[in-house]
Amino acid sequence: MTSVDFGRRTWVLRRGGLALRWQARTVITCALLAAAALAATAAALALGDFPLTPAQVWAALTGDSRAGFARIVVLEWRLPRAVAAVLFGAALGAAGAVFQSLTRNALASPDIIGISSGAYTGAVIVIILVHGSYLQQTAGAFVGGIVTAATIYLLAWRNGMQGFRLIIVGIAVSAMLTSLNTWLMLTADLEVAIAASAWGAGSLAGIGPREVLVGGGVVLSLMIVLTAFGHPMRQMELGDDAARATGTRTEPLRLAVIVIAVGLTAVVSAAAGPIAFVALAAPQITRRMCRTPGVAVLPAALTGAVLLAGAELVALHVLPVALPVGVVTVVLGGAYLLWLIVHEVRRR
Amino acid sequence: MTDGTVVPLRRRRVIGLLAALALLVLLLLASIAVGSRDIPFAGVLDALLHDTGEGDAYVVWSLRVPRTAVLLATGIALGVAGMLIQALTRNPLADPGILGVNAGAALFVALGIAVFHLSSPGQYVWFSFAGALLATVVVYAVGSAGRGSIDPIQLTLAGVTLGSILFGVVSAMTLLDRHTFEQMRNWNAGSVASRGWDVLLPVLPFLVAGVILAIAVAGPLNAIALGDDLATSLGVHIGRTQVIVVVAVTLLAGGATAIAGPIGFVGLMAPHVVRWIVGPDQRWILGGTLLLAPALLTAADVVGRTVMRPGELPVGIVMAFVGAPILVLLVRRRRVSAL
Repeated sequence: MTSVDFGRRTWVLRRGGLALRWQARTVITCALLAAAALAATAAALALGDFPLTPAQVWAALTGDSRAGFARIVVLEWRLPRAVAAVLFGAALGAAGAVFQSLTRNALASPDIIGISSGAYTGAVIVIILVHGSYLQQTAGAFVGGIVTAATIYLLAWRNGMQGFRLIIVGIAVSAMLTSLNTWLMLTADLEVAIAASAWGAGSLAGIGPREVLVGGGVVLSLMIVLTAFGHPMRQMELGDDAARATGTRTEPLRLAVIVIAVGLTAVVSAAAGPIAFVALAAPQITRRMCRTPGVAVLPAALTGAVLLAGAELVALHVLPVALPVGVVTVVLGGAYLLWLIVHEVRRR
Repeated sequence: MTDGTVVPLRRRRVIGLLAALALLVLLLLASIAVGSRDIPFAGVLDALLHDTGEGDAYVVWSLRVPRTAVLLATGIALGVAGMLIQALTRNPLADPGILGVNAGAALFVALGIAVFHLSSPGQYVWFSFAGALLATVVVYAVGSAGRGSIDPIQLTLAGVTLGSILFGVVSAMTLLDRHTFEQMRNWNAGSVASRGWDVLLPVLPFLVAGVILAIAVAGPLNAIALGDDLATSLGVHIGRTQVIVVVAVTLLAGGATAIAGPIGFVGLMAPHVVRWIVGPDQRWILGGTLLLAPALLTAADVVGRTVMRPGELPVGIVMAFVGAPILVLLVRRRRVSAL
């Protein structure tokens, strides 16, 4: 049997009737990204006003009775935020990859379907009009995001779903919500408006064990379901007709992956605010690191995790002032993406 | 013409443009007639014809006419900039802000407020314009790095990325300083209130230059829509056309943002709607956008002045509420053209 030349080094695993084929560069990149995410988590657990040695962190994590106070510091203070950074970053990266793959448009991200602006509207209404608690904000954001996504999907549905129409309707509804948010901010008291604005930048400050258990659980299960759609999504990138010709049922597939991506984004937006840019940047950064022609979900999720966890470290331990993690993510991730774009051109 | 579809298209184009012109004239009149001070329409007409310099005539000539002129100019600028950037990037999602114009302007205005303690639209103008120019230069440099001409995807990504970074910096500045936050939340809304000749006239030459450049490249842009290779073989100088487009967008969007702050959506929406009416010919799209974009913006401002009388809503906020439902209705009704 002659081997096919894919133009780049690939690793093939054959077991009976099963054959798995990986591109070497993608596998190595993913391994490095996973290691970076782990390292960022470890650093997040050890660093802080009460610095711990790796041994102390390990003792606290494994439930060693000698850990004492370190146990509280690690498990109750630092672990929720560290885990949330990784999981939520991964969720955003994956959701971004889904939308960019579906629409074949590098500008597409779940923000386009209005989840972020809807979640923001929900939370801002709770903050400004009701002065609600953190939990109520979370609920408001979740309801806002889901209702917006459903509205857009219904408005765009007409004898089937056309990707382009979905985007236009999404932009229109998002623009209205953004205007509404601006107006709410204008009419609010300055203090309340600043608080709402900080929430809108995206922050992990309010994350506790409960948020991580619920939010992280939902994110993990959705991601596991999403991996099953990896192959048909690749087919969809060929266009609807070609995908149908190769046996992909495009309409149910599209609905399924959109629902999953919306769920991922809505959960994150509810728990941590609409963290911008990770969904847009992670697939594009990954594509350039792996040098693949399209965007892939799993590598994009890993990149998102590293982005958010790294930005969280910088926001907490490097910057002299307290800033929401969303702001730091945009600046760091953006600078890296710009560098990648220029670098990619130089290579050509 | 033997081809039966040509005549209806031409008729549709002419009727569409005439309708847009009528709509624009009506809305401009409405913009002069409506305001927080109740003036009957006969009184408005009388004031327009006889400028006595006091009473109703003063309100009409020193407040409403300049404001209407500002609406006309910024509407045209935003619409044409949107049409150009969509044609250049071949991306229907592109809006004038995509070259980093709004973000650059926001950063410089925020700096002006934080460092130089600016506080009025007249003072923001040049900071805003300078920021818009600088951001576009950087985006263009990244977007065309490594080759003679712009790669649309590269340019788009570079613009969105730089824009996000700059907005992140602005967001950090405003979150750390209450005074800047308060000023910026007003600027962010995008408004033409208390914008008069003093704000419009200095920027106007740049807007006129931008529109002239747009007219010059509308033909070549038709060829560029076919792809770079085909355009070259049709005799279009790609690099030059792209540079002209970028310069024009910077002048137009930068100028409009300098006058009124960031007003979104009109630059994205107007070219879309026009394209559905007149078809994909950029010259017709330009003509339609010149009429429809200012009409949309004026409609939004008139609504903003009417719904909360005697107060008013900033036009940047109303714009989406006026435009978005129309866009949704249209996109549901007809077969959409994906550029």
